[in-house]
Amino acid sequence: MDLGPYILLATLEGAVTAAVLALTAVGLSLVFGVMRVVNIAHGEFFMLGAVIAWYVANGLSGHPATGFFAALIIAPLLVGVLAMAVDMTILKRLNYDPERTIVATIGLLYILQQGALMTYGPEARPVEAPFNTRIALPWPEWGETGLSFYYPWGLSTTSYKLAVIAAAALVLLGVWGMMTRTKLGLVMRATQADREMALAFGIPVERVYAMVFGIGAGLAALAAVLIVPIQQAHYLMGADPLLLSFIVVIIGGLGSLPGTVVAAIIIGLSDGIISVFFSPTLAKILATLLVGLVLVFRPQGLFGTRAA
Amino acid sequence: MLELREISAGYGHAQVLRELSLSVAPGEILCLLGRNGAGKTTTMKAVMGLLPLISGSVWLDGQEISRLPPHRVPQAGLGYVPQGRRLFTGLSVAQNLEIGLRTRGSGRHVRDEVLALFPRLRERLSQRAETLSGGEQQMLAMARALCIEPKALLLDEPTEGLQPSMIDAIRQVIARLRESGVAILLVEQRVDAVLSVADRVVFIENGRNGETMSAEALRKDHSLIDRYVGI
Repeated sequence: MDLGPYILLATLEGAVTAAVLALTAVGLSLVFGVMRVVNIAHGEFFMLGAVIAWYVANGLSGHPATGFFAALIIAPLLVGVLAMAVDMTILKRLNYDPERTIVATIGLLYILQQGALMTYGPEARPVEAPFNTRIALPWPEWGETGLSFYYPWGLSTTSYKLAVIAAAALVLLGVWGMMTRTKLGLVMRATQADREMALAFGIPVERVYAMVFGIGAGLAALAAVLIVPIQQAHYLMGADPLLLSFIVVIIGGLGSLPGTVVAAIIIGLSDGIISVFFSPTLAKILATLLVGLVLVFRPQGLFGTRAA
Repeated sequence: MLELREISAGYGHAQVLRELSLSVAPGEILCLLGRNGAGKTTTMKAVMGLLPLISGSVWLDGQEISRLPPHRVPQAGLGYVPQGRRLFTGLSVAQNLEIGLRTRGSGRHVRDEVLALFPRLRERLSQRAETLSGGEQQMLAMARALCIEPKALLLDEPTEGLQPSMIDAIRQVIARLRESGVAILLVEQRVDAVLSVADRVVFIENGRNGETMSAEALRKDHSLIDRYVGI
């Protein structure tokens, strides 16, 4: 296969990573943006989403699509409710203090991780994709008769991977719509701008915080359900999404949703392309190096605003 | 009627207010005067429920609002224009007003009435709050508070940093609010601005009540201003 088809293949793999990463990182960014809480347990909410998806998919008989689509609804809901309970019982009691909530979410990370190990076990388990048709991709070629297309060997993707990209794009559009077009979004943005003034204008800030923490965790769980037919559910699977989400959120600008999505696309695509041509480890090294450069030369991130 | 009964409040272990009492009748403008750090802004925050009271109580129209959770205080009919405006940045002028309107479920006609007081804001509805000039930001801060149809209004240095023409405009709006029966508690550094609009003045010193007198009496005797404000 020539270089061109290889790049297309790597880009498609990167687009899947970018889509799932964007969903996960937007959840983290939303929580930090509105609540100023750095949620170290965000990756474990992702892991819980995948584990619950496995339980739901295995608990339901019939076509794999039944279990998968049930998991797509149940896992984010359960994880969201759990996160809201965590907010009300732990973060609220710490008065959302930035330092103490970091320590609390580190503790939560270990509780969720070890809880999953004790109940779900150490095995990596797959969830069957609801559909998975292989789609061969055409590549253009200039010949003596003009432009023609051929199907290089190995240049293909699956219908499920394309569906993951489409689903993530739809959910991100939904989040954007919620933030910019709904009363809930207006209240969340007002709380993000000034917590005390939000209270002075009748906004129940603690209820908004619980909802935001639930939505953030639910988005991570949704991303995990989408990726679990490709990656398998495992109790340690939360570490990579957490690291990459922090990389994305720092590059995009803490609390900036458009910045988070753009950074997820950059990191996801570069991760896919570098992983195909070189190695996944090099991809992570370069992403971390990029974070270092951003922190040195543009600490507020690409789309963030410098604090006054 | 807004009434503060012997309130004490502070930040952590630092007590700022010590058994401060005052009352503002409907259609009255009461001004709090005092040196920097005397506790004027702390009084405003304590009344709004943004600082917990150590002791004492705050009443609005016979209801003890200091027992309410902070987000219920504005819903009882208390509007707040904070020092430094503190608009919701990132939100448009219309969205800032919308936050005010939804506080007590005010109708669209309230927005039209408020915009009639500040016609310049009508031209800026889609503009982001932080891109307005200083004077327009102050107008928006007041308009946002008026959108809740307040029974009582707390104004913390509303003319700070404004040019004279804008100060006049703000002063006229305050006078119209008095005519409509709103009780106004005003904190202001500019003594001339205070004397031109206030009905009564309460001096505050180290968080305690100082003297109370009519603005008319203070105009005739400037010695108290020298003693409490030092200018």
